[in-house]
Formats: sequence, structure tokens, C-alpha cells
Amino acid sequence: MSKPDNTPAGWLEARLPIISAFRREYVDFAMPRNLTYLWNFGAFATIALALLIVSGIFLALNYTPSVAEAFNSIETIDRHVSSGWLVRAIHMGGVSMLFAALYVHMARSLYYGSYKAPRELLWLTGLGLFILVMIAAFAGYILPWGQMSYWGATVVINAMNAVPLIGPALASWLLGGEGLGSVALHRIYVLHFVTAFSIIGVIVLHVAALHVVGSNNPTGVEPKTSADVVPFHPYYTTKDGLGLCLFLMVYAALIFFAPDLLTLANNYAMANPLVTPGDITPEWYFAPFYAILRAVPSKLGGLILTAGSLVVLFAVPWLDRSPVRSARYRPVLRWALLALFAAFIALGVAGMHKPTGLWLALSRISVAYYYAYFLILLPFLPRVEITRPEPATLRGEGA
Amino acid sequence: MTQDADRPTPSPSCPIPGGGARRRDVLSTVIVGAGCVGACALAYPFLDSLNGTKNTSLGEDDSIDVDIAALRPGQQLVVTWRGWPVFIQKRTPEMLASLKTADIVQRLRDPDSKILQQPKDATNWHRSVVPEIGVLIGICTHLGCVPSYATPSPNDKSGKYSCPCHGSQFDVAGRVYKDAPAPYNLPVPPVTMLSATHVRIGQSKGDPAFSIASIQQI
Repeated sequence: MSKPDNTPAGWLEARLPIISAFRREYVDFAMPRNLTYLWNFGAFATIALALLIVSGIFLALNYTPSVAEAFNSIETIDRHVSSGWLVRAIHMGGVSMLFAALYVHMARSLYYGSYKAPRELLWLTGLGLFILVMIAAFAGYILPWGQMSYWGATVVINAMNAVPLIGPALASWLLGGEGLGSVALHRIYVLHFVTAFSIIGVIVLHVAALHVVGSNNPTGVEPKTSADVVPFHPYYTTKDGLGLCLFLMVYAALIFFAPDLLTLANNYAMANPLVTPGDITPEWYFAPFYAILRAVPSKLGGLILTAGSLVVLFAVPWLDRSPVRSARYRPVLRWALLALFAAFIALGVAGMHKPTGLWLALSRISVAYYYAYFLILLPFLPRVEITRPEPATLRGEGA
Repeated sequence: MTQDADRPTPSPSCPIPGGGARRRDVLSTVIVGAGCVGACALAYPFLDSLNGTKNTSLGEDDSIDVDIAALRPGQQLVVTWRGWPVFIQKRTPEMLASLKTADIVQRLRDPDSKILQQPKDATNWHRSVVPEIGVLIGICTHLGCVPSYATPSPNDKSGKYSCPCHGSQFDVAGRVYKDAPAPYNLPVPPVTMLSATHVRIGQSKGDPAFSIASIQQI
């Protein structure tokens, strides 16, 4: 604003300074010099979400949210609409790619202590995003009105009903008086895209919070001098760009070479309220939570532990009492955290198998460890753990 | 979005190795170009899906049989074929005579049906398989409104069609008048006379190869 500028850019800048804001936040923005490729996964998730929204809009043009027509309209999209099979494959593959990116993104935050002060809001908005994505994914999975859609919805709505006080009211608002029928399907359809668009709004909050406190880095040490930082462009535009190419290659391989790898054949049979399919398994991204639900021999207890496994994450910034952010310098926590990741993956695998014998035992051990990590190790480990010295500067680190 | 005052800022410009600027410009251009190509390829399935399912009914027989026994001379019946209004008229001798009146014929754009708006067996002076029965698709060739039928009256025994939208006029065989905006005659669908009182619309015995999609304009 110091010197008046007669170019079109100057005219715009004097009225709405978006060009300088973009330059400040995405070109010159100070980034730690030592970020690894694990810092790409937020960008991956954003791109996967953008593709989900675009493909979702085009699917919505051909989808009919009624019990009589929903299944047929999906079959029509897959078989008759020009390129409809590809649009739907982009949408279905995008869900898996989004969840995969989010799980890595969250695991990275846990490992490098990205949730600690002053980044608590970054962690909380991120968890809010994760829960919105789960709601959108659940609602979206009901829309094709296949057998898995119907029975998945039945189980989740009955679970909602079991929640004391608010549960029956919530379930009634979703179902609209009658059972799981056209009225409910229409509401679930609206819920699906309202949630999807809400996600965009929360992403704006998440990124705004990031741009106030700046990115964490693998050392967990705040950059102090200009030698510790590099501008976002070209350093991280190229790093994100290269990662993105690889991400999109995996995504494309999933769509074109293995479109059925992560889907369940049962969902290509139309919903039948009279017959529950023999082997109910959730989508892979819900499997860990499904395993927790089945590991507890009590209806309410299972629901509490499943919901609690998400709720406990919100408390993580305050449960972790260690002043050291990065697990690199916490020799005990590092292994405890890797064991947590292993337990979560074990839950996921157990969730895809029948809850008997070894799988049930594995689920129970994993749930116990999951809670022990957050409620015992995070708050009390810092009292006994001897941490390694953190570097004073980021120079000589990575980059 | 403001940066904390105590956060370090990077050096104002990143160091460019000697002579490296041009190489970086080439790389940037190539990357942006490749990105644009990728974006266009990605846009293709989405835009293509907007074409919908238009080819799925290909090859299906969608012809309809209509009983016209109740139709009196001078009357018309409106039926639906492929979602279009189809006029079926029973013509009086006066209506048929008007089709050959020189006074009327010279005011028509295409009196001899030279433009492909009908099957071969209707490319004649009465634009139908038999002179007494006329079948037309009732969609004005100007901008697609449905012309209204003026039944023969004592004043005008010939009958005609006039479009309510922009005043286009057609004679009773669907031939368009010159002094109005519609450019072509009303289309004639493929028709087979099953008997004197039954008409099949959608199949033409006299011109089996005819496809309604091949006409000049519907």
C-alpha cells in the first residue's frame, strides 16, 4: 500500500489484498527446513477431499434417494451413464485414500508431538475434521442401498438408540418416525453432503490455525533463526508436488487396476430387510472401531469404549505432560507409540475377522493397550523417562 | 492469518545458482503445462458423465399402435410417441383439395418436401402414407412449441396449424408458410397403416431404413 500502483494487480490489491495475502501465506511463508515426506499427508488429504467433492457432485446428478430407486440408480451410474463407472470409482477410491492419508497424518502428529502447545487447536480442529469425515463416510456408505449399506445403517442406528438420554431422540430425528426407509434415506443423503461441505469450512479453520502457529518439524524444536526456515515456495511446493504425484499414482492404480480390492461384494446385492448377510465386515477404515465394539461383552460398554477411543484423543494435548515434543528424543515413548500403532493396526485386522478365539483375544489386548497408552503412559511416563538432548537449531537437520 | 512477530522469516529470496534461473523457468513451465494436461484429463470423465444414459434405449422397439376408428373426417387425435406429441388427422376431401391449390402452394417454403423431414413413403403431395390419414410430429420447427390445430370451418375448409409462440403457420400437411419464422415443414414420423382404422407409429413399411434421428430438425 506504500506506493500506489496502476496495474490491475495493484488496483485489486488496494481494494482486496488477496495477492499479498497469498504471497505471505503460500509463497514466502516460513517453513522449518527439515520437514520429511510425512508432512505431505495433509496436502494429500486435501486433494483426496477435493476429488471426493467434485465426483460427489457429479454422482448426485444421477442418484435418486429413495428406497425403490437408490440401488438401481447406482447400477445405472455404473453401467449406463457415460464415464459413470469412473466417476464412482474416483469417489469410492477417494474415501480409502482420504482415510489412509488422515491416519498417517494423525500418526505423524502423535509421533512428533504436533498436538502440544501452542498447536492444541490444530489437533482439535483436525480431530473434528476426522469425525466429520467418519460421519460423511458412514452416511455415504448407506446411499447405494445394498445389503451392507442397509445392515450397517441398522446396526449404527440401533447403537445410537442405546445411548442413554440423547440416543433415542437423535435416532428418531434421523429416521423421521418410520423405520429405515425412504424418509431416512433422504435425510442420510442430505446429511452426507451437508457434512461434506462442512468439512471444507473446518479445513479453513484448521489451515488458519496452522498459519498462526506454523508447522511443527521432526525435532519438535521451534525454528529460531532465519537459517532454520525456508520459504514455502519453491521448497515445499516441489516437495508436496512430488509426493502428490506418487499419491495420485497409488490412487489411480487403486481405481483402474483394483477397483474391487477394498469394496465388499455383498453391497452389490440390493438391501433386503428380511435377510442379514452371513459375514458382516465394515470398510477397512472403520475396522479398528468395529473391533473395539465387538471386544466388549456389554452393549453399552462396547459403545462407550468405541466412542471413548475417539474422545480420549481430544484430551491428548493435556494428557501428555512431557516438555519434549518429538518422540525422537523420548526413547521409551517412542517404542510405546510404535506399539500403539501396532495395536491399532491389529484392531483393524481383527475387525475384518470373526470375533472368536485368537482374534477376540488380540482385540481385547489391543483395546487395553490403546487406553493404557493414553491414560497411563502419556501422563505418567514423563516422570520416569530420561529424554535425549534436543538440538538447539534445525541447521544440519534434514532439508 | 498473521504470523507471530517472534517467528523467524526466511531470507527474502532463495539463492539462485549462477545461470540457474532459466533452467528453473523451463522446469516451471513444463510442470504447469503437465498439470494443465492432467487437469483436463481429469475433467473428461466428469463432463462426459453429464451426457447421461442417452444411448441405453438403442435398438429397442418403441412403436405404438393407435386405433383411429372413432376419428371423424376433419378431426385430429393427439398421441405421445417418444415423448413427442403426434397429430393423427382424418382429412376431408376439401382439406386434400387445399393441399394442391396453387394459391396456397406458392406461399409455402418447401411445398414438395425436398428437405428430409419425412420418410420416403410420405415424400409426396399429401405428406402421408395414404392421403386421407395424416400423421405429424406436433413440434414447431422454429423453437419447439406445439402448434394448435384450426379445424376446418365453413369459412376455411382447408384447416391449418398455427404456433402460439411466434406465429408460425403450417398447412394441414404440416408444410410451413414463408411469411413466418419456422424454417422447415413439421416432421412426419415413420408410419405403417395396419388397416383402415389402425396406425402403427414408429415403424415404416414403405421406408424401413428411415430413422427419425436423421431428419433435418425436430
